[in-house]
Amino acid sequence: MKTLTKAATTGLLFGVGGVYLALVGLLEMMQARPIVFGAVNLGQAVLALLALACGVVAARDAGPAFARAGAGLLGGLVAGALMALLQVIVATVPLQGMFIAASPALRNMLAFGFAPGPGALAMLLGGGIGGLAGAVLAVTLPSLRRAIVAGAAAVVIAGVFQELIQLMMQYEGIIGWIRDFVYTWQGLRPQGAVAIFVIAGGTSLVLSHRSSADHVPSPDERRRRRFISAGVALLVLVLMPLLAGAYIGEVLMLVGLYILMGMGLNLEVGLAGLLDLGFVAFFAVGAYTTALLTSGSSIGLLHLSYWEAMPIAVLISILGGVLFGLPVLGVRGDYLAVATLGLGEIVRIVVLSDFAAPLLGGPQGVLDIPKPSIGSFELGSPVKLFYLTLVCAGVAAFIAWRLENSRLGRAWEALRDDEDVAQALGVNLIRSKLLAYGLGAAFAGLGGSIFATMLGSVYPSSFQLLISINVLALIIVGGMGSLPGVVLGAIALIGLPELLREFGEYRYLFYGAALIVMMRWKPEGLWPSEVRSRELHAAAGEAEPVAAMEPG
Amino acid sequence: MAEASLLLCRRLTRRFGGIAALTDLDLEVAAGAIHSIIGPNGAGKTTVFNCITQNLSPTSGEVWFRSERIDGLTPDRVAAAGISRTYQNIRLFRNITAIENLLVGMHLHVHSHWWGAVLGTPHTRREEARAHAEALKLLHFIDLAGRGDLLARNLAYGEQRRLEIGRALATRPKLLLLDEPTAGMNPHETSRMMAFIQRVRAEFDITILLIEHQMRVVMGMSDRVTVLDHGAKIAEGTPAEVQGDPAVIEAYLGVKSAAPAAARDHAASLLGAAASER
Repeated sequence: MKTLTKAATTGLLFGVGGVYLALVGLLEMMQARPIVFGAVNLGQAVLALLALACGVVAARDAGPAFARAGAGLLGGLVAGALMALLQVIVATVPLQGMFIAASPALRNMLAFGFAPGPGALAMLLGGGIGGLAGAVLAVTLPSLRRAIVAGAAAVVIAGVFQELIQLMMQYEGIIGWIRDFVYTWQGLRPQGAVAIFVIAGGTSLVLSHRSSADHVPSPDERRRRRFISAGVALLVLVLMPLLAGAYIGEVLMLVGLYILMGMGLNLEVGLAGLLDLGFVAFFAVGAYTTALLTSGSSIGLLHLSYWEAMPIAVLISILGGVLFGLPVLGVRGDYLAVATLGLGEIVRIVVLSDFAAPLLGGPQGVLDIPKPSIGSFELGSPVKLFYLTLVCAGVAAFIAWRLENSRLGRAWEALRDDEDVAQALGVNLIRSKLLAYGLGAAFAGLGGSIFATMLGSVYPSSFQLLISINVLALIIVGGMGSLPGVVLGAIALIGLPELLREFGEYRYLFYGAALIVMMRWKPEGLWPSEVRSRELHAAAGEAEPVAAMEPG
Repeated sequence: MAEASLLLCRRLTRRFGGIAALTDLDLEVAAGAIHSIIGPNGAGKTTVFNCITQNLSPTSGEVWFRSERIDGLTPDRVAAAGISRTYQNIRLFRNITAIENLLVGMHLHVHSHWWGAVLGTPHTRREEARAHAEALKLLHFIDLAGRGDLLARNLAYGEQRRLEIGRALATRPKLLLLDEPTAGMNPHETSRMMAFIQRVRAEFDITILLIEHQMRVVMGMSDRVTVLDHGAKIAEGTPAEVQGDPAVIEAYLGVKSAAPAAARDHAASLLGAAASER
C-alpha cells in the first residue's frame, strides 16, 4: 500500500512537472530541435525522459522486482494521465488567454498527432510504458544500464548539437563519408543514431567490463590517467574554435572569462568561505581600468597599449579587492552576503552616476579600446582572444592550485570551517581575509580586462548583479573549492545555454532548476574537491625529510 | 612579577550586559604545573579561558603571561605569545583532514609567503617539507598515525579529542588550556586521557590549565585547584585542601554550612573518593 501511494505521488509530481514544462512553452519550443531527423525531437525526448525518470524514482525501494515494475508502471500511468488531461483540457477549453503556450500545436504534440480522445489514450499508454521501462532499467545490471544511458546520451548530444558537429566535419574523405552516413543537412539520420547508440553503448560496456576485471588503480596510475584526460580536454579546447568556427570561439571565450572569474570567486567562497555577492565589482574595476588606460577616445588617460594596461588593471583590482574587503572584515555568513551585495551595487551605481561621469563616461561608457597585438599580429577576433583567455585561465588555475596547497590556503580553509578557532591558532584574520579578497579580485580583474578589449568598449550596464550570481552558481554547481568543478560549472551553466540559444528566455529557469536539483541530490557539486592525502601520499615527493624525521 | 608564575590574572572581570560572568578573579598559574579550575555549571570557568585567550575581551582587570600584558591583544597574537587551547565541545576544522588540522595549528611556525607558494620557491618547499615532517611526528604522538588522511569529522570521538589537543600543541605553546578534555568519556577512556595529558606535560614540558568536571580527574592529577562559583573564586589550594573546604562543599551540594553534618560528610566523600585514587 505504501509503495503504491509513493508511486502514485511520484507520478503526480512528474506529471505536474510535465504540465509545467508544457504550459511555460518549453516543450513546444523543444519540438523545433530534432534529435533524429523526422523521427524524434527534443520535446518528445524530454517527455520520454520524464516518464523514464518517473519510473526509476517510483520503483526505488519498492522491494522485489515485480513490485518495482508495478510501481514504475503506476507512476508512469499517473504522470501520463495528468499530461493526457492537460491535452484534453487544451483541446476543449480556450486557455490561451492565460497560457500563451497552450496552443493547438502543443495539443497536437501531446496527442502525438491524434484526435483528443485517442491522443489521451496514447499519452496514458506512453506514460505507463515509459514508467515501466524506467523501473526495468533501474533493476537491470549496472553495466548494462550504464551502457544504455551512455548510448542514449550520445545520441541526444549528437542530435541536439548537430549543426555544430556538422560544422566541424566539413571535410572530404573519410570524415566526410562518416558525416554523410550519420547526418543529413537537417539532422541525424536514423541509421546514424543507431550507429552512435551502438558505439557509445558498446564502449561503455567494454570499459565497465575492463574496470571491473582490473584491480583498483594505484594512486600513480590514477594521477597519470587524470593527467591524460586533462591533456585531452585541453587539446579539444585548443582545437575546437579552429574546427568549429567563430561562433563556438565566442562561446568558449565567454566560458573562459567565467572560468577566470570562477577561479577568483572560488578562492573567496570555496576556500575562505567568504560569501561574496558583489564580485562583479572587481570585474568592472579590471574592465574600466583597462578602458581608461588604453582608450583612444577623449576620456582615455594614458593611451597605453593593452599589454601595458593589463598588469596595471590586475594591480588596481587587487587594490579594489582589499578596499572592498576592509569594511566587511567583521561581517560573517549571511550578513556578509548582504553587505557585499550592497558594495557591488554601489560600485555599479557610482560608475553610472553624473558625479563620476567626467572620469568614467557615465552611461555612455568608454569607447575605442584597442585590441592587444603581438608584434604586428593583432588579437582582433574573439577566437584569437579566446586563446589569450585560455592562457590566462591556465595561469590562474595554476596559481589557485598552488595557493590551495599552501600555508595561506590551509588558513583559508580553517577560516571557512571556524573563524574563531583559526584565529586562536594564530591565523591573522585581517591579513588572510584581505588576501582572499585581493587575490580573488585579481582574477576577476584580469577577466574584466580581457572583456574590455574584446568588446572594444565598456558600459556600466555590462556589470549587473546577475554576473555575480552566475559566477556563484557555477561554483556551486561545479563543486565548492574544486578547480575542475569551476571549469565544469562554467561549461554547464554558461556554455550549454549559449549553445541552446533559442531557449535563451528560459535560461534562468534552467539555472534555478539546476541549482535546486544540485542542492537536493548532489550538494557537493559535479566535481567535488578532493580530499588531499598528505600523510601517506605526499611522501612520494618529499621522501627524504619525512623518512629522516619519522619518529621511531 | 614572580619568576615562577607563568600566567597571572588580576581582578579579571567580565560582564555580559548586567550579568557578571566573572568578578575580580585573581589567578596565578605556576610554570610546569597542572592547574585545574572547577566549579558548578555556569560558574564562569570557560569565561576564564575566553578572557585569557582574548576570544572575549575582559571588562576590566589584567592578564599577564610571561611578564607581558596580553589583555587587549587579538587572539592570534595571544597564540603567538604561547597560549593555546581546546574547546568544551570539540571544534576541529571538520572538512579538512586530520593532518591538515595539525598543519593549520603550525601556521605560526611555517614561514612562507603566498607568492613563494605560487612560485614554488625552494624556501617554501623546504618549509612545507619540514612542517609536514613535524605534523607526522605529532600525529604519531597523539596516536593517530595512519589516520591522518581522514577528514576530521570522520574520526572517532576520542580521536577527535586527541587531535584537538594535538592541534593546540602544534602552535608550540608554553601554556595549554584544556576545556573538559574528558567530557563524554567512559571511565576507561577517561583514564587513557589522563595518562595522555600527563604524557603531554612530560614530553612538551608545558604548563596545563584544565577545566574539568570529573572529580577523579581533577583530584587525580592536579597540582593546584581553583574553585569558582558564580564567577568568583571561592577556594584555592592543593586538591586535599580544596576538598575539605566547607565553601566548596556548599557550592557543589547547595547546602548551607550550618546544614546537617551527614550531608557535608557525603559531599566530602564525593570529592575525596577521587583523591584517594591518586
